[in-house]
Amino acid sequence: MASAKSMKTLRIISRHLLIILITALAGGLLGATLVRLAPGFGIQESDLNTQLSAETRRAMHKEDAGEQNVLSYYGHYLGSLLHGDLGYSRSMDRPVSELFRDRLPDTVESVVIGVAGGWLLGLALAIPASWKRAPVYSASATLISGVFLCIPSAVLALIFLVVGSPGKLAIALVIFPKVFRFSRNLLVKTYTMPHVLTARARGLSSARIFGWHILPNIAAPMLALAGVTVSIAFAAAIPVEVVCDSPGLGQLAWKAALSRDVPLLVNLTLVIAIVTVAANSFSELLSPAATRDVL
Amino acid sequence: MKASGHRVIGPSGEVSGPTLLALLIVIPLALALGGCTHRSADNSGELRVTIKTDPKTLNPLMAEEDASDRIRYLTGGVLIRVNRKQQENQGELAENWNVDEGGRRITFNLRAGVKFSDGSDFSADDVVATVKAALDPSLHSPKGDPLRAGGKADVRALDRNRVVITFEHPIAGIERLFDEIAISPARMAGKADSSVVLGAFSVAEQRAGEYVLLKRNPYYWKKDSAGHQLPYLNAIRMYVLSNRDTELIRFRQGDIHLIDSLPPDLYEQLHSDDPGAARDLGPSIESEQLWFNEVAKAPIPAYKKAWFRSRNFRRAISSAINRADLARVAFRGHATPSVGLLSPANKFWFDKNLRPIAYDTNAALELLKQDGFSKIGDTLKDRGGNPVSFSLITNAGNKQRERMGSLIQQDLQQIGITVNFVPLDFPSIAERIMKTYDYDACMLGLTNVDLDPNGQVNVWMSSADLHQWNPQQKTPETEWEAQIDKYLRAQAATLNRPERKADFDKVQEIVADEDPMLYLVDKNALVAVSPKVKNADPVVLTPQTYWNAEYLSLEK
Amino acid sequence: MSRARWIAVGLLIALFVLVLFAGAFAPAPYAKQFRNDTDHRPSEQFPLGTDELGRDRLSRLLYGMRISLLLAPAAALISTALAALIGGAGAYMGGAWDRATGMFIDLFLSLPWLFLLLTLRALLPLDIPAVTSVVVTFALLGILGWAASARIVAASVRSIRTSEFLLQARAAGCKPSRLLLRHVLPNVKPILLAQFWISVPLFILTEANLGMLGLGVTEPLPSWGNLLRELENYTALRHSPWLWVPLLSLVMVVSLFQFALGAEERA
Repeated sequence: MASAKSMKTLRIISRHLLIILITALAGGLLGATLVRLAPGFGIQESDLNTQLSAETRRAMHKEDAGEQNVLSYYGHYLGSLLHGDLGYSRSMDRPVSELFRDRLPDTVESVVIGVAGGWLLGLALAIPASWKRAPVYSASATLISGVFLCIPSAVLALIFLVVGSPGKLAIALVIFPKVFRFSRNLLVKTYTMPHVLTARARGLSSARIFGWHILPNIAAPMLALAGVTVSIAFAAAIPVEVVCDSPGLGQLAWKAALSRDVPLLVNLTLVIAIVTVAANSFSELLSPAATRDVL
Repeated sequence: MKASGHRVIGPSGEVSGPTLLALLIVIPLALALGGCTHRSADNSGELRVTIKTDPKTLNPLMAEEDASDRIRYLTGGVLIRVNRKQQENQGELAENWNVDEGGRRITFNLRAGVKFSDGSDFSADDVVATVKAALDPSLHSPKGDPLRAGGKADVRALDRNRVVITFEHPIAGIERLFDEIAISPARMAGKADSSVVLGAFSVAEQRAGEYVLLKRNPYYWKKDSAGHQLPYLNAIRMYVLSNRDTELIRFRQGDIHLIDSLPPDLYEQLHSDDPGAARDLGPSIESEQLWFNEVAKAPIPAYKKAWFRSRNFRRAISSAINRADLARVAFRGHATPSVGLLSPANKFWFDKNLRPIAYDTNAALELLKQDGFSKIGDTLKDRGGNPVSFSLITNAGNKQRERMGSLIQQDLQQIGITVNFVPLDFPSIAERIMKTYDYDACMLGLTNVDLDPNGQVNVWMSSADLHQWNPQQKTPETEWEAQIDKYLRAQAATLNRPERKADFDKVQEIVADEDPMLYLVDKNALVAVSPKVKNADPVVLTPQTYWNAEYLSLEK
Repeated sequence: MSRARWIAVGLLIALFVLVLFAGAFAPAPYAKQFRNDTDHRPSEQFPLGTDELGRDRLSRLLYGMRISLLLAPAAALISTALAALIGGAGAYMGGAWDRATGMFIDLFLSLPWLFLLLTLRALLPLDIPAVTSVVVTFALLGILGWAASARIVAASVRSIRTSEFLLQARAAGCKPSRLLLRHVLPNVKPILLAQFWISVPLFILTEANLGMLGLGVTEPLPSWGNLLRELENYTALRHSPWLWVPLLSLVMVVSLFQFALGAEERA
């Protein structure tokens, strides 16, 4: 019995790993294709440098030759990837692996702070709003989340900068309104379900109702939301890092996009795809239905 | 059933909704607001400035973009320096020099007793190796490009302190080109990394995305008038900061000492709070231009090509644009209306005979009438009945250009022209103006770093690929472009400065007459200087605030 | 209807009338440049002051709100509908369909859509009419903005699909269409509503960012998003508090919608 369960667990996990791999590879290819087809591919700022001769400018473009054919470039890239070579960034003039090594910790820190802070704040507002059902509290919480939903993330980052605080905290304020809205709506809906009303009528404590009757019903969508907020945090990191000049992957992504740096963008797409799929797969595995199957 | 939910923190330990709300918002925010700041440790003797991006290279011969070039300027010892204040050549590693054979040969007498930052001796061999590397076609050194225009070169050391370079063809204004060639040890020529240098500072540390740290060169050859060895500073920390707002915030916090090329909006902010720190140096050598697409194979309607190729049309547009308003509104008064292709900040080469272009909508309509245009109601139409309307592209994110686009849109509406203003990202613009030619008009600012007109040959020669309105012509398509080619060649072929000036004045006059590029405004050089910096003497040429870095010091 | 809801509905109607007939209420044409009165403080002539080109801010806010109020909810509706359709359908069918839909959603979330938008801009003519540009922009936002909530919808449908009440309904002979409409949809409605409310201000803000790519509202047309972008300016935070009015008005509108239509929040 235990052995059959283990096999099933292994199959489920292997399937998720395969999905991560396929999605990431497809993402990398499609990302490279989008960049290749976009206007401005192959153009560098040095092309408008009046000091440079035509020969020097042509020589600077020789490095682009390998990126012209997307399929052959991607095949070559995957081959190098197997040897741990992520390619060379033309715009930053450094190996991509070096850039990632230097910048990944900063973004990971931003994303972790953003997601954790956003969830803390979002749930802190949403749970009492659904629990207590006080109109004034509910209206206030809605208003507060509405304010932060409407402020551009770059402005939030600038406010933190002006008061001398880390700009990356702005990511938490970008995420929490979304967490609040989704979780509040889910909680309110679940609180009106017949079995919950019955439990309340029977005199069960609020904590027991929340733990035994509310949480299991909202676990699946909330876990999915958790996975999605990781993507949102990565996306929010871009304007925040650009405004704060934080040397993270978000700032790198923006610079790479402006200079159409294919090696950098392909790797960034791969990283984002892996993180997105992994986060969503992880939350799926944690959902009650999956937990029953796995455990 | 409704719950009241108004219980305050009471004996049961329950917390009311509003109270909980308040605590859960205020506490994290208070913690956040008390969080760490960007303030650096106060390192006396360490000047702090910014660069917009990580330097692409620390090899001075390969420096091409602004960040690498500033590091090259601060670390590189050069034979001849263009004095940024007087805009004249002055000897640095070369005590003196001589140009003869009609500009084909230049001989340098080197300063004796100079050492590199690692203590090794400097000699003519280092100059020979460096110049040869710059001239090496396989290296594609951007600094060597202007020298390679002289054809095949013979570089040799006559003795320990003398170098002679003989070119196949003469290069007018050759001396100034050596301002860009930083001399490296012979063993590192072509592969240098600015760690062993002859300049005032050397690269000590680089943290990608954060800063580059330059340390004082203990063997620097220069001394002040009292005989003290320069530089006064211990170090220069160049923070990598692309966001101008963040830069100003950190300047106000005392984290940064000097800012070059401050945008007008930020200048005004700083000036209102701290007038002493904000300085307007007057016109720089940078300007903003607008041109029309005159490329024959451009995928635009034939009637539009006819408009853009008409001198009267271009001059009419020029007359209908209110340059005074562009300077006053878009640049907050920190720009002056352009009169020609050079700014008056280029003291020697600027043609003082050029007259400002008057804003005159009646004159504009008169010129258009001569070409068969007529204004019917609020719309200007050409002789074929086509309403005059064109798209104007510029790079998005540049506030001043976006404002200028809106102002020009309104100005031209006065004479019945509809302008569709479209800011695009820079690579999309570059593709349109250089590859597909799928645009009507473009507005950009071509940055001049070189005072000498030879630096603009790649724009003004009709065969050049940066001859923006109609590049890479096999033979000049118009008489006036043929004239410009002729005068450019003439000024490049003589060493006589007054003769060169006269030839280039002719180029300026032709451009002012034909308006292939409408010069809009000359931007002022705006800088920020912290009161802690001593001996600061900002100028319009880059690097504006630390061109004399070896003389700068910090208040203790 | 509660009193609060009546007030919210009343204020919304008043706001819609105000922006629909902006021409009658605006102190000046939105494009007119009073070049001698740039960055003017609020005054009788300019109730919210003027912008950097001397254009009346109140006029620009009214016209900007008109465009965004009409198109942002439409775009939000598109993205919500797509989230429901794609996320819900895959999860409802289950098995390989569910996995394939999940992969598609994750792929969609990971791709750099910026380049698709750049390509689209390159394909469109430069002199595209302003109205077309705006409509295309918001349509794109709707088409590209569904993926995040599709994941949450899918998770919700997945858990409902295996719930006892649905199994009972199916056992009782309920048709699939009735199952979807009477049992599944009401249970995902809170998620879809949350998605809608989040999307409206998000699309208004994103439209302004698309201006960097040549899409979005073109000069001299104002947009709410562009007015909000003015806050990305250190001066605005310190010296010109009236620049916060577009933000306050957006918060007010979003909140009014919530109060007017948020019936499911009351038990």
